[in-house]
Amino acid sequence: MNFITVFRKEMLEQGRTYRFLIVAAVFVAFGLSSPALAKFTPELLKAIPGVPGGIQAFFPTPTVADAMGQYIKNMSQFGVLLALLMTMGVVVQEKERGTAAFFLTRPVSRTTFLLAKFASMTVAFVVSLAVAALGCWYYTYILFEPIAWGPFLALNGLMLVVFLVYMALSLLGSTIARSNGIAVGLAFLSLIVIGGIGALPTIGDYFPGRLFSWGASLVLKGTDTAWPALWISLGIILAALLAACLVFRRQEV
Amino acid sequence: MSTVHVENMTKHYGAVHALDGLDLDVAAGTVYGFLGPNGAGKTTTLRILTGLARPTSGKAQVAGVDVLHAGNALPRKIGHLPEEPAFYTWMTPLEFLDYLGRLYGLSTSARKSRSKELLALVRMEDVSKRRIGGFSRGMRQRLGVAAALIHHPEVLFLDEPASALDPAGRKEVLDLIENLRGQATVVMSTHILADVERVCDMVGIIAKGKMLVQSPREALLERYAVPAFEVEADDRPALANWGESLKRLPWVTSVTSQNGTLRILVKDVKTAKAALLVGAVGAGLVLNRYEEIRPSLEDVFLQLVGSESVS
Repeated sequence: MNFITVFRKEMLEQGRTYRFLIVAAVFVAFGLSSPALAKFTPELLKAIPGVPGGIQAFFPTPTVADAMGQYIKNMSQFGVLLALLMTMGVVVQEKERGTAAFFLTRPVSRTTFLLAKFASMTVAFVVSLAVAALGCWYYTYILFEPIAWGPFLALNGLMLVVFLVYMALSLLGSTIARSNGIAVGLAFLSLIVIGGIGALPTIGDYFPGRLFSWGASLVLKGTDTAWPALWISLGIILAALLAACLVFRRQEV
Repeated sequence: MSTVHVENMTKHYGAVHALDGLDLDVAAGTVYGFLGPNGAGKTTTLRILTGLARPTSGKAQVAGVDVLHAGNALPRKIGHLPEEPAFYTWMTPLEFLDYLGRLYGLSTSARKSRSKELLALVRMEDVSKRRIGGFSRGMRQRLGVAAALIHHPEVLFLDEPASALDPAGRKEVLDLIENLRGQATVVMSTHILADVERVCDMVGIIAKGKMLVQSPREALLERYAVPAFEVEADDRPALANWGESLKRLPWVTSVTSQNGTLRILVKDVKTAKAALLVGAVGAGLVLNRYEEIRPSLEDVFLQLVGSESVS
């Protein structure tokens, strides 16, 4: 009910409050700078005055693998952080300000209220990531060599799934929380739990973080796969959204 | 036929009983003043009736819709103005009303004309394209009234609609509510008795989550009327002597004197009306004022709420 109307409002809000711009700016900055950093870091190090001449031989010649490594590293850190930061306040702030109560007496279902927010954040991330990926691909092509589109798209798709996992968990935290502070705490708790357990050997193969290395492998023509991590990630997204809707339906605002 | 019907409703927050067996009935087309001291349960009641909260037990119907199982039916029947209406501060009033109009499924032309009409009604045409973020509380309240009316609701719930406004703003909002009489059923919670006296034709007084009394305003004032008269004269010694003589009469309850005014409480209003003026003239008094005291809603409220807090 009224999903399109609420979704349009959410998109307009992202534009007016510069949230879309922030996400796009961060993503594009890292998309463009990652291949450049990979290419020029050794050059910069060599140019530092006082670096002994012989040591220059130890700087390996940068390759497309370095460019992709840099891109994935930046995105896995800042993309995840951005997913948490941009989502953690979206529901709790409306509850605190009273706008949620004001609008929930209108013909807006609570499910629509939540899912429109998630959908608009997803659009912001998809568009920003697409522009960042385009920039990264172009700079990699200019500075190194062209990379195959298919695997590169798959890499970005897998990264998007990881971001959506954190966005869904952060949205759930924001729905459960009664105050902004608690929402922040819950968002970072999800980062610690998912990121922490994901870093462990064996069990980490089933966690969302594994998708970054699968993406890297795809781009660099490896044979590595991580299907269980993908299914589990999609499951986490659905479960978190479902839980958020159920919690919100029972909650007094 | 009641448009709003509440039966034996309770709402518990842990050990706190915000509502304790509340009964409430509002007839269609009336302006109902829901009066009570702070913490009496007014806002809790309105939150339940607008679907924002659930009661612990009891029944509630609004415009024929069971509030507890309303689904999407309730929002289309009601308008709601919370005590502190909250808005998306990045929107302009025009955008805001247009957005609400879309939610209610109004056509483009209907949204445009209704927004214009409502902004004129709340005197906000000149700020219709300014961002809401910079608005004063009074402006937000007025915009909240417009927002509550966008879809011509059957029942309008107003939580302290005029408490944040200056006298001019208050008058405007109360005039607005008065004009809704007959068009919609209005339930207005407030602790400002003068507002209720001015616009409401039905009054319900609530304290500690219970309805103390519910009645047409005039009937309430009559029921709780204090049978009293005041007589004012310049000749204070003569007035005092006459007052002393009144105390001996069987139909007089008490006589008090203050600043050249006698306040006479009586047991029998009819006898008092017949005897007081004649007696004053007989005592040689030249009267400045003779008045039968009408109780104010404040007197009634204090009597009821005062007795409730004692018990």
